Amino acid sequence: MTAPLLEVKGLRKAYPGVVANDDVSFSIGRGEVHSLLGENGAGKSTLVKMVYGLVRPDEGSMTFDGAAFAPTSPHEARRTGIAMVFQHFSLFEALDVAENVALGMETPPPMHTLAQQIREVSETYGLPLNPDRLVGDLSAGERQRVEIIRCLLQDPKLLIMDEPTSVLTPQEVDILFETLRKLQSEGTSILYISHKLEEIRTLCDGATILRLGKVVGSADPKASSARELAAMMVGEELKVPEARAHRLGEVALKLDNLSVASPSAFGTSLKGVSLELRKGEVLGVGGVAGNGQDELLGALSGELRATPGAVVLAGQPIGGLGPVERRALGLLAAPEERLGHAAAPNMSLTENAALSGWLRKDMVNRSLIDWRKARGFAGEVIKAFDVRTPGTETAARALSGGNLQKFVIGREILQAPDVLVVNQPTWGVDASAAAAIRQALLDLAANGAAVMVISQDLDELMEISTSFAALNEGRLSPVRPAEGLTIDEIGLMMGGAHGMEVAHV
Amino acid sequence: MIRLEKRAAPSRVWSYLTPVVAVLATMVAGGVMFALLGTEPVAAIRTIFWDPVFGEFAFYYRGQLLVKAGPLILIAVGLALGFKAGIWNIGAEGQYIIGAVCGAAVGLAFYPMEARWLIFPLMVIAGAVGGVLWAMIPGILRTRFNTNEILVSLLLVYVAEQILAWTALGPLRNPDGSGFPGSRNLRQYESAANNELIAGTGMHWGVVAAFIAVIFAYILLSRHLTGFHIRLAGESPRAARFAGVNPNRLILFCLGISGALAGMAGLFEVAGPSGQISIDFNSNYGFTAIIVAFLGRLHPVGILLAGLLMALTYIGGEAAQATLGLPAAAIQAFQGMLLFFLLGFDVLTNFRVRFGAGAAA
Repeated sequence: MTAPLLEVKGLRKAYPGVVANDDVSFSIGRGEVHSLLGENGAGKSTLVKMVYGLVRPDEGSMTFDGAAFAPTSPHEARRTGIAMVFQHFSLFEALDVAENVALGMETPPPMHTLAQQIREVSETYGLPLNPDRLVGDLSAGERQRVEIIRCLLQDPKLLIMDEPTSVLTPQEVDILFETLRKLQSEGTSILYISHKLEEIRTLCDGATILRLGKVVGSADPKASSARELAAMMVGEELKVPEARAHRLGEVALKLDNLSVASPSAFGTSLKGVSLELRKGEVLGVGGVAGNGQDELLGALSGELRATPGAVVLAGQPIGGLGPVERRALGLLAAPEERLGHAAAPNMSLTENAALSGWLRKDMVNRSLIDWRKARGFAGEVIKAFDVRTPGTETAARALSGGNLQKFVIGREILQAPDVLVVNQPTWGVDASAAAAIRQALLDLAANGAAVMVISQDLDELMEISTSFAALNEGRLSPVRPAEGLTIDEIGLMMGGAHGMEVAHV
Repeated sequence: MIRLEKRAAPSRVWSYLTPVVAVLATMVAGGVMFALLGTEPVAAIRTIFWDPVFGEFAFYYRGQLLVKAGPLILIAVGLALGFKAGIWNIGAEGQYIIGAVCGAAVGLAFYPMEARWLIFPLMVIAGAVGGVLWAMIPGILRTRFNTNEILVSLLLVYVAEQILAWTALGPLRNPDGSGFPGSRNLRQYESAANNELIAGTGMHWGVVAAFIAVIFAYILLSRHLTGFHIRLAGESPRAARFAGVNPNRLILFCLGISGALAGMAGLFEVAGPSGQISIDFNSNYGFTAIIVAFLGRLHPVGILLAGLLMALTYIGGEAAQATLGLPAAAIQAFQGMLLFFLLGFDVLTNFRVRFGAGAAA
């Protein structure tokens, strides 16, 4: 290999409040399959968006194929020889495959020529696809092939793939890998984004590991173990929790072989999740995003129903009950998405306080809402959790992420739950607000409530959890005491030990 | 360069101001259109907006105002509940027709028995039930099979029109009517008549029902838990589910209420101002009510005012046709402008207009 195909030097991109990428440098050789590794929020997406011309860097430079490269648009990136397959497809379901391919091309050839080309490419690269089929009838894997073929028809020198296997079945993953290896053998470079460590070890020649927007290292995935990669990804300065005085009470919440189908086509169904959550316990549920976190929260909040016996609250089967009944019994939840799920963006804080609090805060009398009480409760939350807002009548969307998050978590905590489930409680929240939220969760548990914290932030989980488990493809690992857990063990729980047993490298 | 910038919170001032601005803009654009049609624009606007209330023949037109506004308000209040929840019942016209047919059928079944305390209330109930049943078709198809309620409810209007024609020619035809299509005149059947309550005002039971509906809808939306859930579902469906709202139950509730009110409006019309079931009984109240609902910002009191305004453009429009010779299509275009400008200016509630180029925020 001579000079690298793409060389990135000192890229920096800051958004208000966060530095998404800081002094990021790496390079990809010709015919190399290079992986970008990192947790959610590590800055992988911003980085590839800069390479693909969707986002312009604040600082730094790139060279591509020996020439300076500063794309201002994806068109320019495509002309230069870069193609990208996004995690979420941009296809029109009502059009057929060839029409969809044509829509994404700079200069599409006539339809019949294009259909012929699609057939040729699909045969050459082992991606079976009929150009005449409607995209609406295709599986997720076949849709991805449409996107890939669209890229290949432009003969790219560099193909960027953003978490391509998240929507694929294992068989489809095998087919995809065959294609990528063939491309590689023809000299195409591939930038592969994933956090599935086994895949990267199977496929990639090099890896750059990002953490909090910075490059923390590079590795040869084939020579490294999944444990080593995981350790680099999550950072080795992980705090080991100090021994806490466990005052665990009786079982407050029990999940018994909970299986729930995901309402979303791209979601992950829960498969036989079992656990016991005791009073005073803080259970941290780790795992890479999209492995069933939303579904677990929904199944506990009551938005998703299960068989009655699968969710047992203080000895009472509640799997078939809805959110209101569950709140009445003391099971409260705070979803990840603040705007549009935990809170209605255009509604005032008073109205949002009533959203989940009307029952336990006794705001409703004969079906009529006492808005004075709702306003009082909103004020109480604002005061207790130091929510910075002009007042209770401000729309939720006018608050900053951290302040709204404090409001949402505070709203549930001040309802004195017996069991509280939170998903990503400090996601996108500034450090001081995050610390306040964590402390509030710990205080809640110290006062005898059972708390489940679903999070992708391992530091956070290690800081507050008394026990730990990880979600992987909708399955929950066995629950372990958080004390004494090593990074290796956590990496294994997250990265899918069952995936490792069949690894053939 | 003009740019739109999202406001941090919806502007309260603009949400009240946009209907006024929209009405003014409609007058200006309508005036231009009338001028192009060769009519003196000021005279046309005056004929439409001023003369019906204050002009020479106002004694006649004023009564018509409530007659026209009553059904519009009654239907629009029901529609607004659904629209607030993001449930789009476009077929109120059909529910209005079926309500009228069912209510009239009950009344005619008792003819010539006289028992007003029994027959008229039964007719009102039958009208409401007819509207509900017709609205349940899109409702159940939506909740069971996830069909689109916009299309189903709209297309059922045309089915309802066929049913109307069939009843006018068949089962409900006046046996003493020498074979002409159309039912007996309910206004001449005392137990079933929905006549003016105070002579010359146009006030009939349907108008009373409209006022009551406005009050109830106001309380429902501002104080009642169900009203809160309706607003929540419209604002953010996921947050509504998190709050514990059952989307299917909400869909059936909203479609049911709007169907009931539209059906009642149909009954009050057929037993009152119209008097009989005829082939062309319906007069687009169900569609115009959609405009009224939005013109009133989906707020019950706003709908009350919007209904009166829309009735005024109807009456004034008819007057303009008669006295100035404006084509009916021009009046419809004029009413269309009203909705167009209203939705257009609505942007200002949530966005701020910024002039000048540059990245200055």
